[in-house]
Order: sequence, then C-alpha cells, then structure tokens
Amino acid sequence: MKILIIGAGQVGGTLAENLASEAFDITLIDINATRLYELKDRLDIQTVHGHGSHPDVLRRAGADDADLLVAVTESDEVNIVACQVCYTLFQTPTKIARIRSASYLLRDSLFQSEHMPIDVLINPEGVVTEHIVQLLKHPGALQVLNFAEGRVQLVAVRAVFGGPLVGQAIKTLREHIPKVDTRVAAIFRRGRPITPTGDTVIEVDDEVFIVAASEHIDLVMSELRRVEKPFKKVVIAGGGNIGLRLAREVEDRFSVKVIEFNEPRCVELAEKLNRTVVLNGDATDRELLLEENIEQCDAFCAVTNDDEVNIMSSLLAKRLGVRQVMTLIGKRAYVDLVQGGDIDIAVSPQQATTSSLLSHVRRGDVAMVHSLRRGAAEAIEAIAHGDKRTSKVVGRTIGEIDLPKGTSIGALVRDDEVLIAHDDVIIETDDHVILFLSDKQQVAAVEKLFQVGLTFF
Amino acid sequence: MHLPVIIRVTGVLLTLFSLTLLSPVLVAVIYDESTVPTFAVAFVITLVTGLLMWRLPRSDQELRAGDGFLVTVLFYLGLGLVGALPLYLFDPLESSFTNAAFESLSGLTTTGATVYSGLDDLPRSILFYRNLLNWLGGMGIIVLAVAILPMLGVGGMQLYRAESPGPVKDSKLTPRITETAKALWYLYVGLTGACALSYWVAGMGAFDAICHSFSTVAIGGFSTHDLSIGFFDSVAIESVAIAFMLLSAINFGLHFVVVSRRNPLLYLRDPEVRALAFMLTVVGVIVVTVLSREGDSPAPLREALFQVVSISTTTGFTTANFSGWPSAVPMLLILAAFAGGCAGSTAGGIKMVRVLLLYLQGQRELRRLIHPTGIFPIKLAGQRVPNRVIETVWSFFAAYVFLFLTLMTGLFLITEVDFQTAFSAVGACMNNLGPGLGAVAENYAALPAGAKWLLIFAMLLGRLEIFTLLVLLTPEFWRR
Repeated sequence: MKILIIGAGQVGGTLAENLASEAFDITLIDINATRLYELKDRLDIQTVHGHGSHPDVLRRAGADDADLLVAVTESDEVNIVACQVCYTLFQTPTKIARIRSASYLLRDSLFQSEHMPIDVLINPEGVVTEHIVQLLKHPGALQVLNFAEGRVQLVAVRAVFGGPLVGQAIKTLREHIPKVDTRVAAIFRRGRPITPTGDTVIEVDDEVFIVAASEHIDLVMSELRRVEKPFKKVVIAGGGNIGLRLAREVEDRFSVKVIEFNEPRCVELAEKLNRTVVLNGDATDRELLLEENIEQCDAFCAVTNDDEVNIMSSLLAKRLGVRQVMTLIGKRAYVDLVQGGDIDIAVSPQQATTSSLLSHVRRGDVAMVHSLRRGAAEAIEAIAHGDKRTSKVVGRTIGEIDLPKGTSIGALVRDDEVLIAHDDVIIETDDHVILFLSDKQQVAAVEKLFQVGLTFF
Repeated sequence: MHLPVIIRVTGVLLTLFSLTLLSPVLVAVIYDESTVPTFAVAFVITLVTGLLMWRLPRSDQELRAGDGFLVTVLFYLGLGLVGALPLYLFDPLESSFTNAAFESLSGLTTTGATVYSGLDDLPRSILFYRNLLNWLGGMGIIVLAVAILPMLGVGGMQLYRAESPGPVKDSKLTPRITETAKALWYLYVGLTGACALSYWVAGMGAFDAICHSFSTVAIGGFSTHDLSIGFFDSVAIESVAIAFMLLSAINFGLHFVVVSRRNPLLYLRDPEVRALAFMLTVVGVIVVTVLSREGDSPAPLREALFQVVSISTTTGFTTANFSGWPSAVPMLLILAAFAGGCAGSTAGGIKMVRVLLLYLQGQRELRRLIHPTGIFPIKLAGQRVPNRVIETVWSFFAAYVFLFLTLMTGLFLITEVDFQTAFSAVGACMNNLGPGLGAVAENYAALPAGAKWLLIFAMLLGRLEIFTLLVLLTPEFWRR
C-alpha cells in the first residue's frame, strides 16, 4: 500500500514512523528540507521537498499511484487543497486531512466529494480533548478507549494495593461482581505483556486492560483500586485550543479553572467559557497555585503547547497535593522519562492522532484502531464478514479461533448488544469484534484472520 | 456649533408638532366644546413660530452627530414650553404658566405627574391633549433611546449601537436613523392601536380607551379621571393595562427583532427582560405578602399586582391609594421605579440593563477578590460588554444618585416639605414615574412655582438620560 503523507511535523513524523515499521511504502512531503533529512536518516521512507499542495510536487512524490493521502500540515487550507488536487488530478482513492479550525468542522455538508473531496477528517485537538475528558470522567483510569460508538469500553488501570481483586486470581472476579460481565484483555507487568488466564494472579502495580460495557466500567475499575471519588475540581494549565475545548466540554460537570499566560487570550477564553474561572498567570508559579488552593483540586491537566512547562507544572502541582495529574507530552523521550513517576498519566497527542489514522490503513473491515503503549500494542475493532466456509472466524466459537500469540478477543457487539467474549460465544457475520494485541507485530496475522477468503469463489 | 441649522431643525419639529394640535380641535368639534379657539390660537402661534425658525436662518450645513445633544434637549424643552400654550390659554383652568409648563413637560417626558385636579370635569379635548402629549413624548423617546443616545454614547447606551455587539443585535435594525425610527414608530403605533382596542373590548368607552392607550404605551400615566384606572374598577381593564405596561417597558429594538424573526422566545432569552421579570416577581411577592398581613387592602393580590407593575415600570397609573399602604410598600415601589423598565423602551428610571450591569460589575469585583489573577469579563447574553460601557454606566449611576440628592436638597431649600414628600417628588419626577407620596400623592398643585421648575428640571434630566442635558451645561460644549 502506497501512502503519501504531506507535512512532516510531529503528527506526520510519528505517523510515518509507525507505518514504516509495518511495510507500507511511505512518501513524506514537506517544505522543511532539514526535517526531511532527519527523518529519512532514521526511517525507511522516501521524502520529497516542496509545497504539499502543488501538483508538480505531488506528481514527483508519486501521487499517480498512491492509495492513500494523509494531509497533516499546520495549515488547514493547504491540507484541503492537497486533497482537492489529488482528487482532481490523480484520482487518489482515500484522502485524509487534518482540519483543526472548528469553523470548518461545524458544517458536515462541506466535505463531500463533489465539493471538498476529503474522506476522513482528523482533528488532533479534538481527539486529545476527548481522551482527557474520558480520563476525567473515570478517575483512576490510565486510558479509556471507546469501541462501537461508545457501547464498549476498554480501560487501562493500574492495580493498587487495597483493590479487592489485587492479589487474587482473575477468575474470582465473577464472585466479586456476579452481575457484571467483563474480561481482562491483557496485563502488563513491569512493562512486559503477560497473557492472562483464569488463574493469573493480579499483582500491585500491574497495568490491567479490561473490557466491559460502558455502564459497567466504573464498577469494574473499583475492583482494582480502592473506590475513587469522582473528580470535582479540575485545573487546566494552558488555554490553547485543547485547553479551551477541554474546559468547554467539562465546565458543566466539574468546577473548572484555566490558567493561561497570555492576557488577551485570557479575555478571549473568559468570553467563550461560561462557568470556568480563567486565571491569568504562569502555571509553574507556585504562589498562584497555592492561592487557588491547588491542594484541594482533584485533577490537574497540563495542556500547554510546551512539553517542559507541562511537565514542570504537573510535577509542581502533584507535589502541592493534587490527586491526579495528566500531562500532555509531545516528545517521545519525555514520555518514557516521566510516566510512572509523579506524573500519573502522560497523554501523547501523536498517539491519539495516529490511532484515528490507523483504522484507515488496516486491511479488512476495521472500524476502529487504538494505538496503545506508545504504539507497541493495539486494540482493534474489526467487523467479521462471510460465513463458515469463507471466513476463519464467522460461525466459530471464540475458543476455536486460532488467534495469533499475544492476541485476545475482549468483546463482541452484535447490533446493539454487547457480548463479553467467553470461549463458547459463536461469532456471527457483521459482528464487531474487539481484539487486543499486546504485540503489534501480530497485526498482519489478525488482518488475515478477518479477511474473507477468496479461494471459495 | 451650527446654530442656524439647529434652529431650522427645531423649527421643523415645531411645525410638525403644531399639526398634531389639530387633533384636539377635532375632539373639541366632535364633543362640541368651547376649547376650539384655544387650540386654534395655540396652533397658529406654534405654526408661525415653527415656520419662521424653519425658513428664516440661511444655512446649507448638515447636522452633525455632536449637535444631537442640543437638538434632543431643544426638542423636549421647546415642545414642552410651546405645548404648554393650550393649557395656559384655556381660561377655565386658571393655570399659571408654571403649572401649564409643568403639566406639558410632565406629559412630554411621559412622567404623568399632574398639577390639575377635577379631571373628570375638564373638557374632553383638554384631557385628550394631555394624553396626546404623553404619546408624542413616548414616540420621541423611542427614537431617542434606540437611535440617538446609542449614537452619542450616553450612559452606556452605545451597547445598543447597531455596529457594536450587544444583547439585542439584528442587522435588520437599520443603521440609518430615519429608517430605524420609521420601523419603530410603526411598532409603537401598532402597539397603541392594539392597546386601545383591548381597553375598548375590556369595557372602556371609546374616548377613554384611546386616551388611556396613549398614556399606557408611552408609560406616561396621565388619565382622564382623578381616580386613574381605579375609576373603572374592572379586573379586565386592569389586566389589559398590566399587559401593555409590561410590553411597553420592553426595549422596542427587541420588539422589532421579535416581530421580524417571528420568534417570541427571544423575549425570554434577553437578559434585560429576564432581570425585569425577576425584579417584578420579587417586589410583587413582597408587596402581596405585606398587604395580606397588614390587611390594609380589600383585595391585596389584585391591587398589589397592578400597583407593582404600574410603579415599577414608571407608568404611574393607580387603582388604590398606595401611599396609604404600610410605609415599607410605597418606599419599595418608589425604589423599584429607580430601576425602571428596559433601555430603549418608553419607561423611565435608571433602566434595567444598567442595574444589571452594575450588579454584574459588583459580582465581578467579588470574584476578583477571591481570584486575584482571574479574568472575568462581563457578559450579557454571551457577549462581552466592553469596559468602556461599564465605566459610563457607573458614572451614569453616580451622577444619577448625586443629582437626585442635590435636587432633593434643593427642594428642601425652596419649600418646607417633609422627607417623604421630597424623596418621592424628586424620585417620581426624575424616574418619570408621576405620583409621589405624602403631600404630592394626589397631585403636585400644592408646591410653589420654584419647586415645580426644579421638578421640571428633574423630569428632563431623567428623560434625557442625565448626560445629554448635563453636557449642555459645560462651557466646553459651547466652545468647541
């Protein structure tokens, strides 16, 4: 599969890196030659230097036979024009563009093939915001992933001493919460995946991935931690795009304060937000945090566009007594550095964006892909097609399916019904199957599993 | 300063005004009254003066925005004085010029304070004329409040400028004053017609219905009877009055938007209307409670509701002698009249939107104390209100209170009155309310001439939103 990526910024770069390791042919276009050299040195990709929406540049990059265009430059307009050019001149089948400005996103009818031919819009700020909102709604979760339009959720939880299930075998979960059906999809112990069986004993500090219907998630999580009180007071450091969206989403639910450095921006924020208290100051200012009673806050979300400020303010806030800090970190190296220390949750904008792109490059009918653990693991929502003869999954019980190593099925969604995967459940055609891959190397094998065999036709 | 052109404009206004004097003549002819010569003489004097002022000065200059202050003041003062003529000339009234001017200006400023008693025995043409003054004054206010004051930026009224973001924003409210005025006058006339019809259906005679519709929609408060609306003793008529007083106390710009978008829900979304509703509810509940407890009123709910709406909107109709109620109630009602109706309506007082902004500013100050680094813009209907507007609103409020106290002291100096009388007389005139308490509860006849002129000044101050009149008193205005 040949993929053109326009824009070698953080999103473009991470995407290229993720995809290049999966044997896709990647061509990266950017106007910054240095950045291209840098990436080309590290990755097995082709690069083209030039303006991403110019037809001659696109032709040079091989737009003629590209299967997928991903336009992720800083500029919405360049992204839109690049998609238009590829549609008109090169008939590129699938076009994905990053659109950040909310004004373009308000009207659904704008992006249709006869007007602005963009098949998929991705909006990193929106994705990251949604990610953090989920974390705020589920205190204690490291990650909350939605499948099948939010009917099923996969949560990552760190097991804490005192949780009822900690120190017990997984199979006792049934006795603890008999009315709720759930399944442990994977456990990471000291950074390594272990395949959970009924006898696996959950230890303190394990990172446990659990699948359950959305309404049961909080109950299931309480098995692994002491019952977390819901968040009430939330402080958001940074009033950029993410900060604004985040505050707007949660201001009716929590008491929210936003700290922003730039005064005119503060005025703008205060105008756009209704119940949020907008503070003009530095998020790393200890006096300011103390003045605002930081020690009584439940959650601190650092979402400025500066990694260092995010990390330092989060560390400070944590030290001053905030229950949970969430930090937006763009640089990979920093994520490894801080996670597991004082910072409870590091949110990576690239990872969030990559996830939303991955579902379009996967073969087979894949509705949703979530990239986990910095791309090492993946959760996939695949749709089963065919019948018992043509498919390797349909008509079989989950126990019969020959899953690749490190892969487990978490749940099925049949029409509107959520079925937690047990060995005796039979998969039917059009079921949405939620799989967990603790090793991304198995993606190809899973894709093959869900492809309808052609030999029978 | 472009005096010639200002005189010309005033001349045009006088000429137009003289034509309206023909309608009381018509009334006099219909009812076969002896007032025909009075109005005819007044008509001729006004017309000749108007034409002379219009035609004599040679000037091809255009009116500038800054001249608006002088034109506005001249409009009210000039028409008020000229409008006093018929009352002065009508011998049976035995009216001094002071009394005639007080009555005329009280009418034009839609105050509704009267110096006459025995209204029921006066010729109908005179009664009609008084209410006509109310109505014409209301018409002037609409244009003044919706078109001219926003342009001049008086007392935070720039909030309603077509080009600035504000609670009532509609591109259809045209930036051209003449067009806006026309649109709003249609509304005003329409509302008056509807009001007259409703009164008539509710059981008023045709003459009373028309006269009262004039003073209701203008939030004036002149009546054709000494007992005011209480004369009719009819729940239906009181309900009609309440409904139209409330409608007239709402910004006519908002009415315009509601009519052009055909969406009455916009009323509920307007912060000023909501504030007004809130204030009326609170005052209403208190008054009803007090009246029921004290047993001073035979029908506490009915009388309280009418009086609360009438006084709070600064109309000044009465159905009961409210000055005799437990003293908390009349005081509360006069204080509510200070808040008044909505800006851009015919109501007087400080105006609801200003009170709301003052409240929001106070709230902001409190929040600033809690969060010293916080940024708290003041928002009305989701739109930020510029700090400049808040500033002018504060100085408006300060000037209002200061002038109120000054005028009250002045009244004490001129004549020997008790506190309640002085407080309510100045308050009722400045807020363009009408009836006061104590010695001025029935009418203002008992006050000496000096006190009456002071109250005339108070009425003009209130009607012209203080600064429009004050700016003329500064030497700099004339020197520029």
